[in-house]
Amino acid sequence: MSTGTTKLDVVVSDVVPVNELVTRFHFRRRDGQLLPTFSGGAHVVVEMRDGERTRLNPYSLMGSPLDTREYTISVRRDDAGRGGSLFMHRQVRPGTEMVVSYPVNLFSLDLRARKHLMLAGGIGITPFMAQTAQLAAQGGNFELHYTCRTASLGTYADLLRERYDRRVRLYHDDRDERVDLDRLLSSQPLGTHLYVCGPSGMIGWVRDRAAALGWPPETVHFEHFAAPQPGAPFDVTLALSGKTIRVDEQQSLLEAIEAAGVDPPYLCRGGVCGQCETNVISHDGKFIHNDHWLSEEDHRSGCKIMPCVSRFEGRSLVLER
Amino acid sequence: MGITFRKETFRDDFTFRNSPEHIRRFPFPFHEDSYMYAVNIEPHVVGPKGSVLENLIDVDEHYVAEMQDRALVLAEDPLRCQSLPHMTLAGWDLLELLMEQQALGYPEHFTLIRDGDRWRWINRPLGIDDSFTFGDVSTLPYGPMEYITRQSQGDFCILDQRDGNLWMDAGMVTTQADWSLDFDIGMNFFEWHAPVPLAHEKGIFVRALKFLTNIQQGKPARRLNWTMTINPRLDTSPENYHKWGPDRATVTPENVGEKVHLRVELQSFWRLPRSNAIVFPIRCYLIKMDELVTQPKWARRLHRVIRDLPDELANYKGLTRYRPTLVEWLSKLDDGSPTSPGFGPD
Repeated sequence: MSTGTTKLDVVVSDVVPVNELVTRFHFRRRDGQLLPTFSGGAHVVVEMRDGERTRLNPYSLMGSPLDTREYTISVRRDDAGRGGSLFMHRQVRPGTEMVVSYPVNLFSLDLRARKHLMLAGGIGITPFMAQTAQLAAQGGNFELHYTCRTASLGTYADLLRERYDRRVRLYHDDRDERVDLDRLLSSQPLGTHLYVCGPSGMIGWVRDRAAALGWPPETVHFEHFAAPQPGAPFDVTLALSGKTIRVDEQQSLLEAIEAAGVDPPYLCRGGVCGQCETNVISHDGKFIHNDHWLSEEDHRSGCKIMPCVSRFEGRSLVLER
Repeated sequence: MGITFRKETFRDDFTFRNSPEHIRRFPFPFHEDSYMYAVNIEPHVVGPKGSVLENLIDVDEHYVAEMQDRALVLAEDPLRCQSLPHMTLAGWDLLELLMEQQALGYPEHFTLIRDGDRWRWINRPLGIDDSFTFGDVSTLPYGPMEYITRQSQGDFCILDQRDGNLWMDAGMVTTQADWSLDFDIGMNFFEWHAPVPLAHEKGIFVRALKFLTNIQQGKPARRLNWTMTINPRLDTSPENYHKWGPDRATVTPENVGEKVHLRVELQSFWRLPRSNAIVFPIRCYLIKMDELVTQPKWARRLHRVIRDLPDELANYKGLTRYRPTLVEWLSKLDDGSPTSPGFGPD
């Protein structure tokens, strides 16, 4: 399979339940060598071979970039998702051999920042685990505001408090604790960069308030991996390769294209990097665009689709693949 | 068997020469009898033995002399090496890359011993044996980028990646074809390419930037670029234009073979792991016309390329003044017979 990155043969060295929804997986290289160095905010794409089906899901690396003996990811169980997280939770055990991509960073720290202000929601905490470790080792100036539903679902909250003490602030939904966002964003020193990772609604809220309060767009960073959503099955014609394929309910369009032996380039598989952008030759129906790459104009035009996260409902769809 | 390093100069008496083996391994940049810009980028993977691609970071017989020339340039003008404050981490990334690649390709000349963050670097050609703590700037005599690029052939630009663009935020630039790090430092990809003719209209830079910002760790890429230089001078910088600019008026039919050099840049692009920056090594290879035309295919092809080059390009590359003399000299070596496809000599 052609990809944007080199592959790493790994073995699961540990599986650690973190709370009722989240489990952590540790990977080591099968040949015993060190893994490639990475930077805080990087992700890997994990290949999941589940019988006939191969899923490829991106997960943020959450270990310290200074320790490359192992990679660690945390997977939140999504009972309504397409089954990738359930596969990880139910079938992956210590000793399972897997393949992951080289690290790719689409949520990089801006090292010019005088201060790094981080806002995490839920499982969006994972890239910040690596970024805070990287910054702490360099004496970097950061502050993390972390919102979770309940204390027991506050993944790694205790660990972060223990490591960084007052640089970490926790907010619990069930106690009606809320980030006083306007106050926070209005009281930062010049040269602060803002990073946000969490649910879409939270990212939109933070970006809107930052813009309203005059933050320059280049100081606001966000990670927006949309997991591909399941949906009604649909048929697609791949004009260049002369194939007609069916996209199953639990399959992404990109996965269905790959299963037919056609390999578009990809990096994030989450609708942000732009690599798998595909031209639409003709369609009769409605697109369900879930990406953050194409412009609204592109979405309206019906000429382009990001097959990693977007779907289609209707009579016919012909793609330039 | 190690490399025999030449004692030679790139200034004053210009004693630079290529040995016969190095003439044959010269990275001749024309695969056909004409030239136009293209996004000629390909994966930077190891190439044939005996070529400049045998190792991903090439060390050749000019290594010691080039490092001495770099030290002279820096002594006169320290601003040829600059690193903005946020680029130190990328400097460590580059130090790791160059030490590992040089030790891997040339174990008889370079050795790297790593024990956690305690590193020992042995550079036999330059007589260096240093122990230091990786990540601790106070344990090296220079910053990490300057330290290792004083020991590595070629110029190095480190490009920070942010806001969907690349920014020239650090570099060691002493062997350049008429551009200045001190002028370009802090500029983005479009700003520093602004003077290049024709390529903007072709949308080349937009596509090139898209490609470069997607370069992945462990998957470097490369391209060749070229120009011509009078005398084997590595430092053809704008800062020193008064020293080399007038050389272009000294070309005569009698001295073309000795004075006119094809200057080829092997440019490669690497994602750096800790900083997520891109390093862009620009490795310069020089060959005088007398050496180049020992390969009849190259003589014929170069004649046709230079003769048919669009005027804008000839002007941008600074060839205009001596082009007629050069074309006339090369025409005598071109019998009109076809050239074989590909870059290499027959």
